[in-house]
Amino acid sequence: MKTVIEAEEISRNFGKVKALDNVTFSVNEGEIFGFIGPDGAGKTTLFRIVTTLLLPDSGTMKVLGFDSIKDFRELRKHIGYMPGRFSLYPDLSVEENLNFYATVFGTTVNENYSLIEAIYKHLEPFRKRLARDLSGGMKQKLALSCALIHRPRLLVLDEPTTGVDAVSRVEFWEILQGMKEHNITVLVSTPYMDEAMRCNRVALIQQGQILTIDTPDNIKSGFRGKLFKIKAPGKFKLINAVRDHHNTLSAYPFGDSVHATFFNDTVPEDFVNYLTMKGIENVQITESEAHIEDRFLELMNI
Amino acid sequence: MKNNSKPVTGYPSSKGEETMERGETVITVRNLVKKFGSFVANDNLTFEVYRGEIFGFLGANGAGKTTAIRILSGLLQPTSGEVRVAGFDAWKESEMIKKHIGYMCQKFSLYEDLTVKENIQLYGGIYGMSDELIKERTEALLEKLRFTEYKDRLISGLPLGFRQKLAFAVAVLHQPEIVFLDEPTGGVDPITRRQFWEMIYETADSGITVFVTTHYMDEAEYCDRVSIMSEGRIVALDTPENLKKQFNTESIEEVFISIARPGKSSINLLNINQ
Repeated sequence: MKTVIEAEEISRNFGKVKALDNVTFSVNEGEIFGFIGPDGAGKTTLFRIVTTLLLPDSGTMKVLGFDSIKDFRELRKHIGYMPGRFSLYPDLSVEENLNFYATVFGTTVNENYSLIEAIYKHLEPFRKRLARDLSGGMKQKLALSCALIHRPRLLVLDEPTTGVDAVSRVEFWEILQGMKEHNITVLVSTPYMDEAMRCNRVALIQQGQILTIDTPDNIKSGFRGKLFKIKAPGKFKLINAVRDHHNTLSAYPFGDSVHATFFNDTVPEDFVNYLTMKGIENVQITESEAHIEDRFLELMNI
Repeated sequence: MKNNSKPVTGYPSSKGEETMERGETVITVRNLVKKFGSFVANDNLTFEVYRGEIFGFLGANGAGKTTAIRILSGLLQPTSGEVRVAGFDAWKESEMIKKHIGYMCQKFSLYEDLTVKENIQLYGGIYGMSDELIKERTEALLEKLRFTEYKDRLISGLPLGFRQKLAFAVAVLHQPEIVFLDEPTGGVDPITRRQFWEMIYETADSGITVFVTTHYMDEAEYCDRVSIMSEGRIVALDTPENLKKQFNTESIEEVFISIARPGKSSINLLNINQ
């Protein structure tokens, strides 16, 4: 398997803030590699270093065989970058934006149309419309078309689905899955844990440090304790009661239930009675597979 | 998940959340229509929201959510229909509605160049609270969030998770009947997110209704009931559990997609099953 990105011990500070603290990872050709972490974790800084837009304070970064510092001019020809903020020309039309990006990279829209056809066909009816007048979902599709028009070997997407509705998000991920056929590697970031499941491998990142890198399934199965899902009406009372039991190791809200782990990995014998005494009824307890967010929480608590 | 989770103990949910005390109605919407020219943004909406409920308000971009929220918060007049919020009529008493609601969005809620304390005072003043009451609630709030030592710090220098919690506390400072939250936990780390939901639960438990709009379906799972809008109409409204049962799915995301993208509901959803 060919390696497309090789980052070693990358650090970058902004004043006193350690945006990236000794980050090492590699990305293989053709994979969708996701960086999952909250705002301020360092995702954008890292992507700006990968795309040669920012220099690291220390560490080395090889992308597509090029050194991201020395060979930045050559490297830029092979990367498509979609920043988190919409950055096309608002006063150019859809068509003009696309032509502009093609020209900048020394190519034409016709030459690479097959690559963007599936995405661009949704925009075709609006090709004369100014970019600023497009809806959020359409802006995103246009930005992706522009990032792909020079047929890059690596596509870098910084939070492409933030603020986009669930339907457009699913469509967007379907498009990314299709990049593999064109031999394009995808590096993508998101603050949303559920999107991790759509990547081949993910890195969980927090405060400039990588907590773990693995396939989504392996990350989930890395959860060490036995997780129980507890449901009952009146969540505020429930969470406090669960947390107060002397056998409880952890308890936190998760969707419609409370996720909890217990001493000895078993639900205490008197637990349902205990909850009833606290005025909580209709309790359902099930053993549950950990979600990727459970593992993230476990890693944060170390 | 279904195959991997087995019942361990407890009672079957024959009654479940249906037995929850519904209490009084704080939002009543009947046959609400809002048109902009010939465009129908809200097409005959009818629903109720109850006291102390966490109500999720979902819909794709352009489904009409923002219009409905603007009407519910007294910022926009309906074209026709009945809308009562916190006991006030949206036609005649929109100013009163504004006084009895709180609002927080992810993007902007606090003034970055004011301190923690100044932000609290500013909002207290806007909501017409007396100086004495502002002082009393400011102290209580700071103590509860354990923010007392940060009270003179500028918002711009504080971590995001901290700001989010403070923004929420400020949005309910005047103890409104209803607080509107727009993607309240977007972009925050998983621990802060949990602390935030606990704050929401506590607020709801104290009798304040929490009205949540979000694009993120995993946030919807935390709500007591959720409604889903599509093309100006409410096309589903129930507890997350019942909606999942009704659509025979494992997540609200799948429910949402099967409603908002009919005919394509069997798309590659296995990938997002957690």
